[in-house]
Amino acid sequence: MTPVIIVCLYLGLLIILGVVSNRFFRGSPSDYFVASRSMGPFVLFMTVFGTTMTAFAMVGSTGESYRVGVGTYGKIASASALIHSACFFLVGLRLWALGKKHGYMTQIEFFRDRFESRGLGYLLFPILVGLLIPYLLVGLLGAGTVLSGVTRGAFPVAFASTGGSIPPALTSAVISAVVLSYIFMGGVRSAAWANTFQTLVFMLMGLLAFILISTKLGGLSAASQMGDPGKAVRAGNISELQFLTYCLIPLSVGMFPHLFQNCLTSKSSRNFKFMLVAHPISIMITWIPCILIGFWMTGAVIPGTEARIIPEAASPNAVLGIAVGKLATPVISGLVTAGVLAAIMSSLDSQFVSVGTMFTRDIVVHLLGKDRFSDTAMVWLARGFISFIVLVTFLFSLAEPRQVFTLGIWCFSGYASLFPLVFAAIYWKRTTKAGAYAAVVATAVVWFLLFRASDYGANTSYLVGGMMPVVLMFAACVLTLILVSLMTKAPSRRTLVKFFPANKV
Amino acid sequence: MRKKSLIIGFLILLFFLHQDFWLKDNPSLVFGFLPATLAYHMFWTVAAAFGWWCLVRFAWPPEFEESDSATSASLPKEGGAEE
Repeated sequence: MTPVIIVCLYLGLLIILGVVSNRFFRGSPSDYFVASRSMGPFVLFMTVFGTTMTAFAMVGSTGESYRVGVGTYGKIASASALIHSACFFLVGLRLWALGKKHGYMTQIEFFRDRFESRGLGYLLFPILVGLLIPYLLVGLLGAGTVLSGVTRGAFPVAFASTGGSIPPALTSAVISAVVLSYIFMGGVRSAAWANTFQTLVFMLMGLLAFILISTKLGGLSAASQMGDPGKAVRAGNISELQFLTYCLIPLSVGMFPHLFQNCLTSKSSRNFKFMLVAHPISIMITWIPCILIGFWMTGAVIPGTEARIIPEAASPNAVLGIAVGKLATPVISGLVTAGVLAAIMSSLDSQFVSVGTMFTRDIVVHLLGKDRFSDTAMVWLARGFISFIVLVTFLFSLAEPRQVFTLGIWCFSGYASLFPLVFAAIYWKRTTKAGAYAAVVATAVVWFLLFRASDYGANTSYLVGGMMPVVLMFAACVLTLILVSLMTKAPSRRTLVKFFPANKV
Repeated sequence: MRKKSLIIGFLILLFFLHQDFWLKDNPSLVFGFLPATLAYHMFWTVAAAFGWWCLVRFAWPPEFEESDSATSASLPKEGGAEE
């Protein structure tokens, strides 16, 4: 019961934060969608970092380390340390400058302008939102399984059908409602403030869980001795080719619509400097404790007994929750659970705002005209669509049994394979409208075919020729983009002058 | 220019050093608790942060400093997409 009370108090705090940020809300779409481009370096970093670290980073990483060993850190986290910052520098910073100069609030506005095409926006919208749904699902599933693991046996009467634990669907519903409430109040400003607070919470709580679990297991050395030696190495768990091709996946941050929007909130380009350096270190601080906990749990037993902490049939998603639930005191267990939920909600909020912004600006306003809507109506349109997407995701979560890590990888693979589009749009003058269309369609088709071949993510070890499926999607995007662009008419001089001022790129 | 090339070269070299095939089957525990490959990638992450610090400190593109000097009053109307 104690962990649940702590979690409820934490959720209450977030709602209060939403009320406070509402006092700063100016009522304009610019303020709701990009916080009037006013964020400083610390808030920008915390909101971007908090957004990239979700259930995938805490629940997913612990589960994946439990499943395939400590190579999990190298295959995705350390690669992200280099590649995420490269994306912020090569793409985020450039798009921020273009967004500030030309007034963009969404990726699609940029692509429409760069490729002189309204239709490209209508093609990209369902793909970008569709790929975001699995990402939202990752959050909702992660929240549900963690709280379920921590509260196992706590409510034997109320929740008899789930063994006394809070049903994941109930957690998902409550989390969605809390995030909706604070972003409804203040839009992206609320999300940024909440992210800053929540990022601090989940980093501290992750460390707290790590220290307490290692202490319970007899210290760092004793805990690592308990881990399965087979999971301390990459050999036999992750092939070299798989490890290498995983490096493409972090490119997804260059195409995440919510990160694009987060970058636009920056007041100055100088704010990116802090983010470039702090991001790799923060990834390490967040991931290493979870990776080690997952590794320890491959062999750890409850102190003084021979009973394994993690039951044989446990889902990898549940490893962190079960470990915390069995090894920590109820208060600590509640704090750590609040930390995990913080990581999840700090992504959900930006994602919610992003889908609302895209729907309002890229579809409704674009189709019907800006003058038909008041500022208030535009904000309400965004809120309505956000609620719709949250409902759809929630319904999916009721039936979705997939592993958080695998689902995340499929989502990231889709965005990563569209990275060549944004990179070429910024750096290659010869990229054409037809090339962009061909690249988006080819990538979407290859993504879907491979996702279907993996039994819609159920096959967690699905590879193509020993490589991650993202390689084929990425290749499809690059090849079609280059070939079709070279075969079709170059962009107009007006567009080239607008996006490639002399001697700048 | 030389500094910039050196920093970019360092970051590219890091990318290749990410593939620590020489540690793939090394089960030893560094400091008694960190699996060897994990310890290596922690060090590698710090090196990546150092590389980005060098870029920020010594090779930041000057055009962005100019962009910052633009006042908010000169910003265009929202949503610049043209048809």
